[in-house]
Amino acid sequence: MHKQRRRWEVIAEAAMEVLIRLCGVSAILFILSIFFFVFREGAGFLFGGFDPREFFGSIEWYPTSKTNVRYGALALIAGTASVSLLAMSIAVPFGIGAAIFISEFCGGRLREILKIIIELLAAIPSVVWGFIGLTVMNPIIMRLFDAPIGLNVLNGGIIVALMSSPIIVSISEDALKAVPDTYREAALALGATKWQLIYRVLLPAAKNGLLAAGLLGVGRAVGETMAVLMATGHSINIPHSVMDSVRTLTATIAAELGEAPVHSEHYQVLFIIGILLFSITFVINLTADLVVRGIRGR
Amino acid sequence: MTLLLVAPLVLIVGYIFYQALPILSLDFIFTNPKDGMRSGGIWSPLLGTCYLVLLSLAISTPIGVLAAVFLNEYAKDNWFTRMVNLAVVNLAGVPSIVHALFGLGAFVLFAGLGKSILAASLTLAIMTLPVIIASTKQALAAVPMAFREACWNVGATRWQTIRHVVLPNSINGILTGLILEVAHAAGETAPIMFTGAVFYKAIQEGDLFAYGPFDQCMALSMHLFTISTQVPGVPHALPFGTAIVLLGTVLMVNALSIIVRTRLRARKKW
Repeated sequence: MHKQRRRWEVIAEAAMEVLIRLCGVSAILFILSIFFFVFREGAGFLFGGFDPREFFGSIEWYPTSKTNVRYGALALIAGTASVSLLAMSIAVPFGIGAAIFISEFCGGRLREILKIIIELLAAIPSVVWGFIGLTVMNPIIMRLFDAPIGLNVLNGGIIVALMSSPIIVSISEDALKAVPDTYREAALALGATKWQLIYRVLLPAAKNGLLAAGLLGVGRAVGETMAVLMATGHSINIPHSVMDSVRTLTATIAAELGEAPVHSEHYQVLFIIGILLFSITFVINLTADLVVRGIRGR
Repeated sequence: MTLLLVAPLVLIVGYIFYQALPILSLDFIFTNPKDGMRSGGIWSPLLGTCYLVLLSLAISTPIGVLAAVFLNEYAKDNWFTRMVNLAVVNLAGVPSIVHALFGLGAFVLFAGLGKSILAASLTLAIMTLPVIIASTKQALAAVPMAFREACWNVGATRWQTIRHVVLPNSINGILTGLILEVAHAAGETAPIMFTGAVFYKAIQEGDLFAYGPFDQCMALSMHLFTISTQVPGVPHALPFGTAIVLLGTVLMVNALSIIVRTRLRARKKW
């Protein structure tokens, strides 16, 4: 009896280990299957009829036209690029500034409170940000700039900047915290002011972490969907100023997938856009991870 | 600069709440949307969101926790473990709309689940998985090595140590991570748009079991998107009311998890 129970336990434990190992590799499995299934849905058109020169070189996006179907995604790529660029030029300086303030200037309680607030900022759902862009930013921009419509690159850029700054702050703060205190003490002992310490010692020492923070921010900005769908105003053209309305790659999928008949050309092109987005964010995340690993390795 | 990041949070919540005030009542929560979503409440989308969140969490929790156990307790520091970690990081960075495409291709079409709560929950589960893995790993890593060594020394096997020492000592940390994921999953829109959420569906008011796993459902996040962009002539306060319920739930759940975490950190003995 005793012996049998032992054997049952040994088998149960072995089974548990197999299960744990299976779950362990699940992340790899899922990332491969995401690529596989998105690729699979788009593959038919990708290898039959898809014209990359038109896709990357033309601004003519007429997926539902009866006589003149065109799949030129250049304007969509420009939309994504312009919103991400504006968002990053706001979020990176502010995010790193906030990280410096939190890690170097405040202590104890204030630091904890600020970190909590930034965590809460990160928790606001993307659709609520889009709603804010629609109902709060839109009238403000219309009034401030006397513009006919406030749903444009500026609106989307500010919203995406606010959305991606929490991750920039938290990664930058980690990077600054990783700089050994001896660096700070040495600089202060040499008579450096606080500003000199930050500018000449901390920022160079934390440079890789800050770069990774920026990269992850870009990844967020490129992949952001609902907020830009609602705040950038749905007009497919290459923006000439921040007051122009645009449409991003992500917003195009979200707006058109529901209406594209399953397995039609239009549907498959939307999946090809998905492959493009997946590849962009994959490269960005991989680079950021390598940069961060570089810090830990040292 | 920090103030510029903090001020929006307070302003946003305050403004939305102020605009939503005229409509907020218990009735708002317990009635279905009516008149082509131009009046009524949010019962159907609210219940739909609950279903999606709970089902997705039920799927992702066991996988995520066990994956973290593997990474923290079993995995050696070799190229394979690095690959797994890299996959987790990359999974976390996949745009939500790509998750939607994947869910549509894999669960709705390939697995034949159709547009359903189950397909949408599976999509959400894969999306939340990397965050659950990361937070659980952190909780497991906080258990001192000496605890494990003591347990091994009295002859316990690896799994017994995990089951009776590591997990009980990290359960609080794991739970805080899960609570956070509830908030995250509740706010997602893009992944469920094409996998199970619909623009409109009326259900029995007050019936908690009104949806089945193969039904399509409404969801709070998608409802907010619909009434603020797709339906003309919606009264001003209605989308604000929906937004504040969504935002309020998400922020309160987050705050709860932060409070629990702070309490636990203060009580920690080692």
